[in-house]
Amino acid sequence: MALAAERSVVLADCDVEEPDCRIFIKGEVRSSELVNLPVPVVEEALCTACGECSRFCRYHAIVSLGAAAMVFPELCHGCGGCMMVCPSGAVTETVRRIGTMDTLTNGCVTLLEGRLDVGVAMAAPLVRAVKKSIPAGSLAILDAPPGTSCSMVATVVGADAAVLVTEPTPFGLHDLALAVETTRILGIPFGIAVNRAGPGDALVDEFCAREGIPVLARIPDDRRVAEAYSRGEPVVEALPEYAGLFRSVLENALALSPGKAR
Amino acid sequence: MRIALTSSGNTSGSPLDERFGRAATFAVYDTDSKQFEFHSNTKGVETSGGAGIQAAEAVSRLGASKLVTGHIGPKAFRALAAAGVEVYTCAGGFTVAEALEELLAGRLQRAGSADVEGHWV
Repeated sequence: MALAAERSVVLADCDVEEPDCRIFIKGEVRSSELVNLPVPVVEEALCTACGECSRFCRYHAIVSLGAAAMVFPELCHGCGGCMMVCPSGAVTETVRRIGTMDTLTNGCVTLLEGRLDVGVAMAAPLVRAVKKSIPAGSLAILDAPPGTSCSMVATVVGADAAVLVTEPTPFGLHDLALAVETTRILGIPFGIAVNRAGPGDALVDEFCAREGIPVLARIPDDRRVAEAYSRGEPVVEALPEYAGLFRSVLENALALSPGKAR
Repeated sequence: MRIALTSSGNTSGSPLDERFGRAATFAVYDTDSKQFEFHSNTKGVETSGGAGIQAAEAVSRLGASKLVTGHIGPKAFRALAAAGVEVYTCAGGFTVAEALEELLAGRLQRAGSADVEGHWV
């Protein structure tokens, strides 16, 4: 979709647990930075073990037991609340590396790739770091993680429009219904793109008709698409006849939020 | 001395809950009064993460100096050690009362470290 846009776009790979846009958007790495999360450190001499930090932290990343509060950095979401509620100034901040963000350019496409470190279970803060790097005023396409977990919500929240990609199978429909519910709660206009359209489409069509959701595009179940994908070639380059279809997904998505179209 | 045991129910005849962080109930036995009390662990059962740490804090607040459970993970073990709570692991199949008997008879091994991996990380 980014490669078919025929205009300057920022593509943000927010599927930070398994970023894959870079397989298709090859380009020179312009910058590479570490993404850190602020995590607390406790000055034991100042800690009175009052327990305020522990009562505040919903993730149990800081706990007040015995002589001084104890920190579990791997559970910390970096909100800084423990520091604010500590009455004795015993909590200060250090950083914990959670991943990287690379910026690549390929023609009109600027790719921001978030990549979570192996073993780190803190995707949402990295997604937010990637989103923060999107230049203001640019047209940005965000590749969201599948499902409806925190990292998907962190990606989708604040978007002007969302394209929910589904496959016409009972399994796909089940997950689509969850994504629809989530996107509605977030108050974001959305439409659906049916991938591998063909037999089974009636399932999705009935659902969309019942729910009043527009179908933005159908990408046919074409073996050549899968072959190009498996070779790491963008569909719109291997099969240029698809460029118009992918461009229409973008144009239809922009039409969902007319006031915001750039 | 107060001894905490992870319980799947609210009587001393309930099976020992082998889980620590997400145990249904904490049974606390007071060796002076020889009485049991039962504290629901709803918070731990429902938390999204950090259940073991939350449970360690709960057990410490209940004034226990010893804990009997099935298994213990690394973060919970660290937290319990900081709170000065000794951890004893007990095989499955015992009721809370039987597990207490095992402990008092000195037949349970004191855990020197976590015996299972943590969740998530």
